[in-house]
Amino acid sequence: MIRLQPEPIDPELIRRSLEGTDAGGVVLFCGEVRAITGEVRTERVVYTAYEPMALAEMERLANEAAERWNARVALVHRLGELRPGDIAVVTAAACAHRAEAFEACRFLIERLKADVPIWKQEFGPDGSVIREGERTVEVENAGEVGG
Amino acid sequence: MTVPVLLFASLRSKHGDCVPVELPANATVGALKSVLRSQGIWVDGARVAVNRAFATDEHTIEQRDEVAVIPPVSGG
Repeated sequence: MIRLQPEPIDPELIRRSLEGTDAGGVVLFCGEVRAITGEVRTERVVYTAYEPMALAEMERLANEAAERWNARVALVHRLGELRPGDIAVVTAAACAHRAEAFEACRFLIERLKADVPIWKQEFGPDGSVIREGERTVEVENAGEVGG
Repeated sequence: MTVPVLLFASLRSKHGDCVPVELPANATVGALKSVLRSQGIWVDGARVAVNRAFATDEHTIEQRDEVAVIPPVSGG
């Protein structure tokens, strides 16, 4: 399962998509929206993507992980407006043994965060910033940057 | 040739969804980057994607390619 979706993510649905009698270990990572980063409070976030490339890149990561760890994998990222506590992303890997499943799942989330063209705009009491990697860019007009 | 270049994140908020860029025929990604930098349409750490995949500086751009500037990403 490789998806970008505006609807809330159901991790159980993703786990079930990986079911099979060959896997002894299934690892799911859920990335959630944090309310506080350092001293900055986040009230809501908006995720946008370069959708066709994001899906292509997720597909490439999934294929690489599937081959390296002999895994069945899933990658799902949410787009649009989210609130603190909401699940923004799930990466999952099902393998014969837990060690490979943990490694494959870790690989998927780390590479997704480095290479998949998705961006987060954060809204708090003091306005809005776009995150670009580790840095934040103030948004001059208060509107949302479309995807 | 004029190549439409897709923009995202802070570049999109400043310059819009897409900018037309004038390039010589057979221009490389490296040449495109120089033009974009000279016009202030660039951020540190950005990469160029051609046809929905990251491209090296040596990659040659064709008229009909889908070209995009990808600022450092922040999904997850």
